[in-house]
Amino acid sequence: MAESDMEDRSTSTMPGGLWTQPSVSVPDIGDGEVIQRITEPASLHYSYTPGRAPTRFLRGLAEGKLLGGRAEGHDAVYPGSRGMDPVAARPTVESVEVGPDATVTAFCIVHIGFGEKAPPTPFVSALILPDGAAASMYGTVLGIPYEEVRIGMRVRPVWVPEEELGLTSENITHWEPTGEPDVPAEQLKGHM
Amino acid sequence: MGDATSEQEILRAPLTIGYDFQRTTGPVIGAFFTALREHRMLGIRDKAGRVVCPPVEYDPGTGEPLTEMVEVGTEGTVTTWSWVSNLRDGQPLDVPHAMALVQLDGADTAMLHAVDAGSPDNIGSGSRVRVRWRDESVGGIRDIVCFEPIEGGDHG
Amino acid sequence: MRDVAIVSVAQTDHRRAVPELNEVEMIQPVIQTVLEQIDAKISDIGFTCSGSSDYLAGQAFSFVMTLDAVGAWPPIVESHVEMDGAWALYEAWLKIQSGHADTALVYGYSKASPGDLPRVLSRQLDPYYYGPLWPDSVAMAGLQARAMLDKGMITEAEMAEIAHRSRTSAESNPHAQVKGSPSVDQLLAEDYLSNPLRKHDCAPVTDGGCAVVIAAGDRAREWADNPAWIRGIDHRVDSHNFGARDITRAPSAALAAEKAGVSDGQVDVAELCAPFTHQERILRNELGLGDDVEVNPSGGALAANPIMGAGLIRLGEVANRIMAGDAGRGVAHATSGHLLQQNLVAVLEGSS
Repeated sequence: MAESDMEDRSTSTMPGGLWTQPSVSVPDIGDGEVIQRITEPASLHYSYTPGRAPTRFLRGLAEGKLLGGRAEGHDAVYPGSRGMDPVAARPTVESVEVGPDATVTAFCIVHIGFGEKAPPTPFVSALILPDGAAASMYGTVLGIPYEEVRIGMRVRPVWVPEEELGLTSENITHWEPTGEPDVPAEQLKGHM
Repeated sequence: MGDATSEQEILRAPLTIGYDFQRTTGPVIGAFFTALREHRMLGIRDKAGRVVCPPVEYDPGTGEPLTEMVEVGTEGTVTTWSWVSNLRDGQPLDVPHAMALVQLDGADTAMLHAVDAGSPDNIGSGSRVRVRWRDESVGGIRDIVCFEPIEGGDHG
Repeated sequence: MRDVAIVSVAQTDHRRAVPELNEVEMIQPVIQTVLEQIDAKISDIGFTCSGSSDYLAGQAFSFVMTLDAVGAWPPIVESHVEMDGAWALYEAWLKIQSGHADTALVYGYSKASPGDLPRVLSRQLDPYYYGPLWPDSVAMAGLQARAMLDKGMITEAEMAEIAHRSRTSAESNPHAQVKGSPSVDQLLAEDYLSNPLRKHDCAPVTDGGCAVVIAAGDRAREWADNPAWIRGIDHRVDSHNFGARDITRAPSAALAAEKAGVSDGQVDVAELCAPFTHQERILRNELGLGDDVEVNPSGGALAANPIMGAGLIRLGEVANRIMAGDAGRGVAHATSGHLLQQNLVAVLEGSS
């Protein structure tokens, strides 16, 4: 390639480029389109095991129960955790049933749903604190206009039919209002 | 509830995580891949005058930008190799083969690829090999199906 | 420079697979033990740093989950490296050197069993030229072993001797996964796994981890009768473009050893992270260790190789020998990537 072609080129799409470097001279390799982008699929396959506490949680779900875990000598019950009391840093060796009634501690209104099972938009995704639990769980709130969902609202889980219960969080299709009075904000300190 | 420790009680589920990574090549890798699509091989000259193939954007010694791409051969010499009999998803060949570093004629460094040698007895360091091209090349390292031994080539 | 020492070490009993536990459940007892050994609480720790890999866990930001095993509430000062825990220790050492902490908890762990480790490790490679070929980590190491065999730097019998010696040493290591070894002749009679490597040339696939506490000055003396002082520590990297370099050498290891001051004194013990037998020879060469130096009395990575923990364990093993008074000065090495691409070297010393 001729010297005149050796102009600086931008290596960035930012205005003016982040930096420049000399252009590259390439032997004649035909008039076809120059490759600028490739697609490289990469998949990794695992045989995944959930561990002791999530196993207990999943087995509880299969019986239509919400199970939390409690560490020895500690009060807090954590539902659906990886098996630790994250404050005490001790394993939650004891299973304790929580809920099923619960309180919304945070929520957002979803306008773009992902996945085949996403409800029609807009819908509400929420953090939900089962009665007796020290930490909230993730869930979808339906059965109420989305603009009426609020922090402190009382909800209960809606389960798939008993014959469809499996070892999966999908057992709870969503949460719906119980109609009870809201929980005052001061009772939700530390959860909002 | 007791601790689920026996293998029977352990829950197990398949999990696959995959992405179709879209990668921009930049001009050097892009030119190399474009040449592969045309069944040709390019290297790049480093500051010491050595030809690096596959080409890199920056000098391996000094870090300076490199600019002079040059054509190299489609035959080369095995510099080292190992034998792959435990085949895995995504590898170049679905029969046992060698994984090798191949220094192409005209290049001073080696590239990694499979060698369809049939048996470990048919390959050695110093073996001469040539590219087997993919028929419908698209511009990527897999336009090289693999290397294959050249009959009567030197054997290390 | 502040005087910083390793004062406590704990590790799992390493196993091929720990399917009944998740990563958090697996590492928590180790973290609890490493603190209890020195009667410390997480509130006594100024900085926490971990090493782990999402590709092994099959989950993005998997280390965040593991912080539940530390007691990260109220919030702690914390960091993470997608590297062996030895690099987490380096970051913690820097944090202490900079005066931002006096104490640090460091841990590294992985469960390699859920995936196909040699295939997962191919994702460390350049994604344009090497990654699309999915070369497994054993075949990759085989390229290096072959190059050494061709050059006469090692023989297959010497490789088998390294395997035999390491796994015989591991018999006295209560945490080791592979203990004991058939004779060298029996090993050499085995088929190749990935010619020129036989199974005995390769580290096992391991689920496990390690935790270490380091501390500065008086705090270290308070926590340990005979702290293992970190007299030098350095890490370096060689080009990922291994087709363009001499893979029978690891210049980054030599440079790290020089900067860490390996040759400034006698080496009583060395723990080298060599997941393949031939790599021990490269490391001995690069670190300048004579034949008189005892290498890998723990059995090394050939006896247990929890990815992201095996390097930190090397530091822990040397520290334990110094703290126990069995060694006065020792060298620990960690590696990351294929073909000894990245290398960390530390020199540890007792007080005397």
